[in-house]
Amino acid sequence: MSQRTKTDIGRHLSNASRGRIALYGVLGLVAVFYLTPLESGVTTALKSTEAVGETAPFAPPGPNGFSLDAMRTAWNTLAPTLVNSVILAVPATILSATLGSMAAYGLTGVDWKGQVAVVLLFVAAIFIPYQAVLVPLSRFWAIVDIQQYGRFGELGELIITHTAYGIPICTILFRSYYQNLSTEMLEAARLDGASTFSIYRNIVLPLSVPMFAVTLIYQFTQIWNDFLFALILTNTQSAYVVTRGLNALTGGIVQSFNTQMAGALIAAFPTLLVYIFFGDRFAKGVAAEA
Amino acid sequence: MRFRHLLRTVRRSLTSRWPGSTEREPVTDGGTATVEQPRSQGGVVTRILDSRFFQSLPFWLPPAILVGFFVYGAIGWNLLISLTNWDGLGDPTYGSLDFSMYAKMFSDPLFWRAAKNTVVLIVGFTVACLVVGLLLAILIDRGIRLENTFRTIYLLPMSLSFVVTAKFWAWMYNPDNGLVNATLEGIGLDFLTAQWLQNPQIVLGAVIFALIWQFSGYAMVMFLAGLRSIPDEHYEAARVDGASTLKMYWRVIIPQLRASTVGAAVVLMVFALKAFDFIYVMFGKNPGPGTDILAVMMYRESFASLNWAYGSAIAIILFVMALAIIAPYLYSQYRRGEL
Repeated sequence: MSQRTKTDIGRHLSNASRGRIALYGVLGLVAVFYLTPLESGVTTALKSTEAVGETAPFAPPGPNGFSLDAMRTAWNTLAPTLVNSVILAVPATILSATLGSMAAYGLTGVDWKGQVAVVLLFVAAIFIPYQAVLVPLSRFWAIVDIQQYGRFGELGELIITHTAYGIPICTILFRSYYQNLSTEMLEAARLDGASTFSIYRNIVLPLSVPMFAVTLIYQFTQIWNDFLFALILTNTQSAYVVTRGLNALTGGIVQSFNTQMAGALIAAFPTLLVYIFFGDRFAKGVAAEA
Repeated sequence: MRFRHLLRTVRRSLTSRWPGSTEREPVTDGGTATVEQPRSQGGVVTRILDSRFFQSLPFWLPPAILVGFFVYGAIGWNLLISLTNWDGLGDPTYGSLDFSMYAKMFSDPLFWRAAKNTVVLIVGFTVACLVVGLLLAILIDRGIRLENTFRTIYLLPMSLSFVVTAKFWAWMYNPDNGLVNATLEGIGLDFLTAQWLQNPQIVLGAVIFALIWQFSGYAMVMFLAGLRSIPDEHYEAARVDGASTLKMYWRVIIPQLRASTVGAAVVLMVFALKAFDFIYVMFGKNPGPGTDILAVMMYRESFASLNWAYGSAIAIILFVMALAIIAPYLYSQYRRGEL
């Protein structure tokens, strides 16, 4: 990489430096393009409703147009849904990652030919369009009927559902990692008489910490961002997660864009935070999708 | 990437002969495991209990049962429902099964309209994302400073929910004071301003553009991994031959990105099949002729009109489309022996 660059620069210095400037110019413009919707969202969220109509969409609010009303309205509406999202996302993330790690372990070290068929079913499950399961899913939860326990019943449905549909990608993430673990070490432990469980508990699990970071971050983002399952499975407003709350935040007949942008920023804030701090691990999770 | 490994294993298990051991392949649906009949001598039970297969069961069987039930069980159930005439608030009756819902579907012009939009969305979105992602990857791979910063910015929209991005782009595209029209006016291209989300002729293009904004970073990450796996000598060789940069990429580098391209394309196509959230949040359950896709139609028929059987039939079509995308990919990987 860096070698290539050095020869570039060495050979045609003047050309290269001109090219470099153009390169950075293009990269900068593209970065502006990717950030513009966010920037416009931030400026709009901080404007009064009059200022939204009067000022340019990308311009910051002037001294008269600045207002936290939109933020306040959005926060008051979304705060309970944020709590629900946390109640959903944290256990579902941990459960799916843990079960994925266990499944990956069970399907990696075993000298059983059938594991390939099981793994194949796990891989295919990642790509299933959820539309293909929605009607049975809503039917199943109607029969089980833990909704009768109110808000926590509905959130419980969502936790179990997200865990089940999250297991395949978690398993595949962990499996590719476990396949690269040193087999000699595991074999040696086995010869020493360690049980399959104690090998997992004492060797594999401690080694899995970096992969847990990737999986937890990826899964948390996925579950926090989900809208479809929440749309199908939650009926009472008290059980709305943040994506549903945001969708409902149209502000009635008047399209109050400042409130909507404020809501969008509030809903996106946790995943943005996770992404900014752990972006490299998120990228790893993303890259594993194929 | 993991497909390749997976299929290598599949291939190995297919080509190698089964050892006549105690561990035979049980018929599996991902949820059941059969313990085989005891053979001649005693101690078989002990051997089974000691076998690694048996010991691994507690690890993978519970997750496999969950997945088997919620994914494969549900798809089977969905197929069954699609063969009934279930609608309304009552319970389904599985007494008489037929393909009447499929017949209804194929003679429904709304189905064909949604199918056409779905295909345009999949193809347009995937191709454009691949092109943008490849260009970004090549630019980022030129040994720049701040590489991580640029990469983080380009991938950032992917960390956002469809609900959030739909809200952002509804604002960007709004005809009164939206940023898209404001920018076009600002740079003197007034004639290009439009009612982006209201005009059925262009609305699908507008949706695809917004989705490219959200997902091209993903294609970039995939291509970047592909570019990094090409040995530096290939760049050097092309340079020694006097190839221009453009030619080098076109002739030498891009052909080597086949695996990344196919892998990214498959995932992007599946993303496009899932674009429900975005379109539903932006337009509601009745997006109109321009952006009605099968996923939204399926939701509308099932959960708004309570035509459960009809909705399930549309869902089966979506499932078949997803299969049609991933099955050839798996098969071609297998055939080329790159597994």
